[in-house]
Amino acid sequence: MRLFLPLLVTFLCGILMILHFFVPHRPISTLGDGLTEWYMIVASAAIFLGSANLIQVHVHRISTKARNWQYSPVVLGGFAAMMVAGLVWGLEENRPFDYMFQNMVVPMGATMFSLLAFFVASAAFRAFRASNWRATLLLTSAFIVMLGRVPLGGLIWKRIPEISEWMMQVPNMAGQRAVMIGAALGVVSTSLRMIFGIERSYLGGTD
Amino acid sequence: MNWEVIGIWLGAVLTLMLYSFLYRDNPFYKFAEHLFVGMSAAYWVIYSIYNVLKPNFWDELTGAGDGTPDYLMIIPGVFGLFMLARLIPRIAGLSRLALAMIVGTGAGLSLVSTLQTNCLSQIEGTIVPLTGSGTMGFINNLIIVVGVVCGLVYFFFSKPHDGITGKAAGAGITVLMVAFGASFGYTVMARVSLLIGQAQFLLFDWLPTMGINL
Amino acid sequence: MRKLLEKLDKVDRRIIYLLMALSVFLPLALRLNYPIPVGSGPSRDLFDTIDSLPAGSVVLMSYDYDPSTMPELQPMAVALTQHLFSRGHRILAMAFWPQGASLSQEALTAVGDSLGAVQYRDWVNLGYTVGAGVSIVRMGSSIRAVYPQDRDGTPCDSIPMLRHVQNLRDIDLVICLSAGDPGIHAWVMMAHDRFGVPVGGGCTAVSAPEFYTYLGTGQMVGLLGGLKGAADYETMVREGRENTPAGLATPGMAAQSIAHLVIMGFIVIGNITYLILHRRGRGEAR
Repeated sequence: MRLFLPLLVTFLCGILMILHFFVPHRPISTLGDGLTEWYMIVASAAIFLGSANLIQVHVHRISTKARNWQYSPVVLGGFAAMMVAGLVWGLEENRPFDYMFQNMVVPMGATMFSLLAFFVASAAFRAFRASNWRATLLLTSAFIVMLGRVPLGGLIWKRIPEISEWMMQVPNMAGQRAVMIGAALGVVSTSLRMIFGIERSYLGGTD
Repeated sequence: MNWEVIGIWLGAVLTLMLYSFLYRDNPFYKFAEHLFVGMSAAYWVIYSIYNVLKPNFWDELTGAGDGTPDYLMIIPGVFGLFMLARLIPRIAGLSRLALAMIVGTGAGLSLVSTLQTNCLSQIEGTIVPLTGSGTMGFINNLIIVVGVVCGLVYFFFSKPHDGITGKAAGAGITVLMVAFGASFGYTVMARVSLLIGQAQFLLFDWLPTMGINL
Repeated sequence: MRKLLEKLDKVDRRIIYLLMALSVFLPLALRLNYPIPVGSGPSRDLFDTIDSLPAGSVVLMSYDYDPSTMPELQPMAVALTQHLFSRGHRILAMAFWPQGASLSQEALTAVGDSLGAVQYRDWVNLGYTVGAGVSIVRMGSSIRAVYPQDRDGTPCDSIPMLRHVQNLRDIDLVICLSAGDPGIHAWVMMAHDRFGVPVGGGCTAVSAPEFYTYLGTGQMVGLLGGLKGAADYETMVREGRENTPAGLATPGMAAQSIAHLVIMGFIVIGNITYLILHRRGRGEAR
């Protein structure tokens, strides 16, 4: 019984969105439009849930002196500083919120992900092995693309960029399309299972 | 020193703190990593307040936008509060209703859209003439048709991959390997590009603040 | 030889990191420059599509990325904005990634100021919204229902540029700069397949291969893939307009070339050591 109402909500919302696709007339269109507007509000609440959880976790780490708890005040301090800057001075350019975003969040975000370049280089040396003919084919394809997408490839042999583009537009597209169709069928069956209440794992958790 | 230079130095110091991880894990890296998490989360919350909740919820509910309050907005507001109920174990079950709304709407929408865009349109795009566009056109279209069909056979696990099915699956995995190779090549390219971006920042924005112009 | 290979096999990862860093920093510091030939392909297709739009067209740009992928996508944003403004088109900016709302503002103000484009007449930044596909469906019938006001809180009803822009059917082209999900998938599914609006885009190199499927079916009009796509676009924008300032992607392509060679070198050396040391070792053990 505790799952009946959530399953009913899932069913009604799912069916309404399907009908909204096929019947773009009143009253379905009005109901569908209303649901999409409500969806945005509820989805925003998920962001608050995530942030509240982040605060909860780090306050708990500080109070229990868990491993590396010394860095939790940094999370909370960064969160508080950005919140105050946004709430007091707003989002406009050249205000503290924008200044902190441009000069702190942007370089940190970009650097964090640029570390991956080093890890790719290390993996290239240690992990990418041409252990059989299909793995060799994968590496050959990767080499052609890597050369074809930079100016140096064309300087080495002027046909390399053309071959690379052909590989993208023909064999790559065929492979990607097979993956896409397979995944799409998976999405369709999972969506149906959710709408009809067969798939319920997303409702799991505490009572 | 003006605010712009201070900003560049802030960015550069934080960048170098994060790069110090390449030597080994250390307190400077951890500091910057935690700061990034906190600031990013707050950024997300602030934008949700100003760009979504205020105009789409509060102004609609109170009539601050067009002058007519829309009391139906209480419903998504209550569902939003249900979502937050997950933080209080005693009433956490209420969050299922909010999740159900998100999941149901998303499932209904993606069912028809994914079927149309990623399945039917792709099948339609694979039904191509094998004749009439020259030798190269013939070869290309043949690779596309055979590649897609055999690739799908490879993903079909309800029948053992032996005999003709095995041969088709073998051809499928070969095409998939070329596609994965292309993806790998592009992934390397993406990772290097990100490093180039930060290198440009350090070389052409930060060094000039110390009078070093390359 | 074997000793050398054994040494190579056990090389410290920090040596690899150092070589990687040098392969990027040195070409940039030495300002190495290679010409970037732009042949036919998805980058050219996107450029030609924008070129063929009548002046004054409204182009919706969705900035669906954050600083982590900014080195690839921000140069695209700048080059596309330069092209659109120089052709007299108007830009309606929005973002499904919150940080995209600030990055778009940066590109629009910088390029807008240099080309004399005026906010609310030539461009509007609607800011961030949640929901991706769901929001696009709602925008299909009313953009104001999703964005009653712009990023800075100005009501959309009072913005001159939006007077005749009610829903997605009033948009001439959608360009999505996408770092993942939500991004191009949602725009193709909803804007193109449901409302018939042409969709083009730019994406990180990681996701470029999968979008070739949409190019093959005509669901996308063009695509810029990674830094190479951005450099292509910068080159095309500068063709015949040499006074246009060089972008950020083009100078990076020399470093990209060298870094690719170094990584390919790592793969080759790694495989040689593997073949000689480990395969032979296994064979001897048998």
